[in-house]
Order: sequence, then C-alpha cells, then structure tokens
Amino acid sequence: MDFSIFLQYGPALLKGFGITVLCWLAGTVFGMTLGLVVALIQRYGPRWLGWIIQAYIEIIRGTPFLVQLFVLYYGGPLVGLRLDALPAGILGLTVYGSPYFAEIFRSGFRAVPHGQIEAARAIGMAELAIVRRILLPLGLVSSLPALVNFSIILTKETVILSIITVPELMYQVGRMSAETFRYLETNLVLALFFWLLVEAISRVGRRLEARITKHLVEERT
Amino acid sequence: MFSIPVFLDSFYPLFLAARYTLLISVLGIALGLVIGTLICAARLSPYGPLRRFAAVWVSFLRGVPLLVQLLVFFYTLPVIGIDVPAIVAAVVTVGICASAYISEIWRGAIAALPRGQTEAAIAIGMGPRDVWTRVILPQAFTMSLPALINELILLVKASSLVSVVGIMEVTRASQAQAATTFRPLEVYIAAACIYLLINLCLAALGRYLEHRTAV
Repeated sequence: MDFSIFLQYGPALLKGFGITVLCWLAGTVFGMTLGLVVALIQRYGPRWLGWIIQAYIEIIRGTPFLVQLFVLYYGGPLVGLRLDALPAGILGLTVYGSPYFAEIFRSGFRAVPHGQIEAARAIGMAELAIVRRILLPLGLVSSLPALVNFSIILTKETVILSIITVPELMYQVGRMSAETFRYLETNLVLALFFWLLVEAISRVGRRLEARITKHLVEERT
Repeated sequence: MFSIPVFLDSFYPLFLAARYTLLISVLGIALGLVIGTLICAARLSPYGPLRRFAAVWVSFLRGVPLLVQLLVFFYTLPVIGIDVPAIVAAVVTVGICASAYISEIWRGAIAALPRGQTEAAIAIGMGPRDVWTRVILPQAFTMSLPALINELILLVKASSLVSVVGIMEVTRASQAQAATTFRPLEVYIAAACIYLLINLCLAALGRYLEHRTAV
C-alpha cells in the first residue's frame, strides 16, 4: 500500500471536498426550506393540494435517489430542463430531501400542544402570528433531533452525485484511482474519511440538540 | 416530448431486471438479519471487547456511504484472494450494511420490552436461555416487524447503487435501455415506477403486519 499519492492529488481532493460540502449545505438548506413550505401547505392549504403533496411525498420516498438523478439529469433535457451536473445535483438533493424534511416538520407541528394554539387564539392572535410565534418556534424545537439526523444522512447521499459526474470528493477519488490503479487504498481512505466526518457531525449535532432542548429536559425532571 | 409507447415498451426488460433487485434486497435482508442478530448479541454481551467491536461495526457501517462500502468490498476481495461473482459480493455488502441497522432495530425492540416480562419469566423459574428464546426474542421480533419491512424498503432503494459494479438490476437495465433507445426520460421514469410499485407493496405489507401485531 502506498499513500503518498494522496499528497500528489491533495489539491483535487480538497476541491472535491469543497464541492461535497457545498452540495450538502445547499441541499440541506434548500431541502429544509422546501420541506417546511410543503408541511405548512399540508397543514393550512386546501385539501386537494394536500393530496397532490401526499402523492409527491410517496413518489420521492418510494424511488431511489440515483434513479431520481437520472430522470433529472438525463431525462430533463428532453423536456427542456438543461442543467449542468452541479446544479442538477443540488436540485436533485433538494427534491430528494424535501419530503423527508416535510414529514419531520409535520410531526414536529403535531407535537405542539393544542392548548398553546387555543390559548393564542383566545387572546386574539391572528392566524399568521400564531404560526410565526407559537407553531414555528415550538414545532422546530421538537423536530430538531430528527432534522439533525436527516442532515447527517444527506452527507452520505452526496457521494451518489459522483455517478452523474458532479466533481465532488468521490468523483475525484474515482479519477485518482483510475489514474493510479490504486483502487483499494483510495476507497479505504475515503471510507475512513466519511466515518470520521459523520461521527464528528453527529457529535456536534448532539451537542447542538442538547443545548437547544435544554429547557425541555429540565422541565421534565 | 414524452412518448407513451416508448414508456410502455421499456417496462418488459425492466420487469425482468426487477428479479435481481428483489433477489439482492431479499437475500441482503436475510443475511443482514443473521449478522445483525449476532452483532446485537455482541452489543448486549457482558464482555467489554465484544461490546466495543459491535459498537465500532455499527458506527462504521452507518457512517460510510453504501456506495463507498461497495467499492471497498469489491476492490478488497481480489487483494485478499477471494474470487466470487459480482452478485455474491453485492449481496454480501448489502447484507453487511443492513446488519448495522438491523442490530439497532433489535436493540431498540429489546430495550422497549417491559422489564416485568423478564422479571416474571425469572420468577417462574426460567433459565437465561428460556428467558431469551421464549420471552424476549419472540416479542422483540413481533415488535420490530414493521421496522424490518421499512429496512427492506430502504434496501430495495439502496440496491440501485449495485448498478455501478455492473449487476443488471433495474437501474443498470434502465441505463442500458436508455442507451439503446435514446429516450432516457421515459425509461428512467419507468424504472422509478417499478421501484415505486415494489415499495408501495412492501409498505402495504408493513401496515398489515403492524395492524395485525398491534396489541
């Protein structure tokens, strides 16, 4: 085994890692936003729109991310949706993540005690103010653990983007292995790297969670 | 534009390929159940090193993307002198990956079992083996059935990644089909429909089991 090639390919790997982080951040932020909008529409929108959204959730959750990417990236141009690999990858992650985020928000909103909303209504708050000042703050806190968890899952999904040639970390590692014929070392190191990354993010996530939900824990005891 | 005949024509070859998708997922979950049970047993064992090994196993397999695991496995096997067909390697990788999740499902189910059950079994004079095989495991299994079906759904979707190592399951077959017909949109949507069909059936099965085992 020879690991000196990693120095030689350092800049490419670093660039790839940057794109991985970019895809993950953009996918998480956009996916979460879309998911929140979807969850709010499901709660307050008309019933027929709720059905359409339910179908959308089932379709996205019932099909593999890779196939969704193929439809978007290779099928898209046939209906005039011509995207480069990177934007297609970010759009793909956003669409893929949104129904999972929407379900998380939905159950977060359901966890808000009904009495809180009734009390807000009783003191004459407008519906919009109830959403902004009661439903969102309380619902977001209770959905936080699941949000952190799913964001961590999304870091692992970014490697699939390499199959549609998004130049992220896995793509760069693939190129490096093809040029040096060292498939074993490169993939092993990539595996170790992801392990450390996911472990690190989960620790940070747990700490963040503990901090934000501290008042809940103290209340219970 | 979207062509309905092309869309319908692409179903037949994809249905044939779906056999491999199902084969990989079902064998994968079977293997995952076996290894997952062992890992869970190690995790709950009184021996420290065994517990730590199981913890590392679970954390590694859940932290590394399946695609990377597949490639590591594929390139490691020849190096250590094992020469197996790609499909065997794929099933083994998927099964090992599933074992980490399944052992956590088991652990959750066992932890959720009321302590009174174990205490009652001990009180009527059951030995440790009887407590496990006649009280804890049967109940934990029934309780975790919906979660296991859910894991199977995840595996059906994960099996699409096996296409990168050249196994003709639905995703790989749809790539080949798209390359010959030049109609990727119709073909990939057809592939998505097949996955959706499989998963909706599994989800219905899961709901049925959940309903039946609800106490």
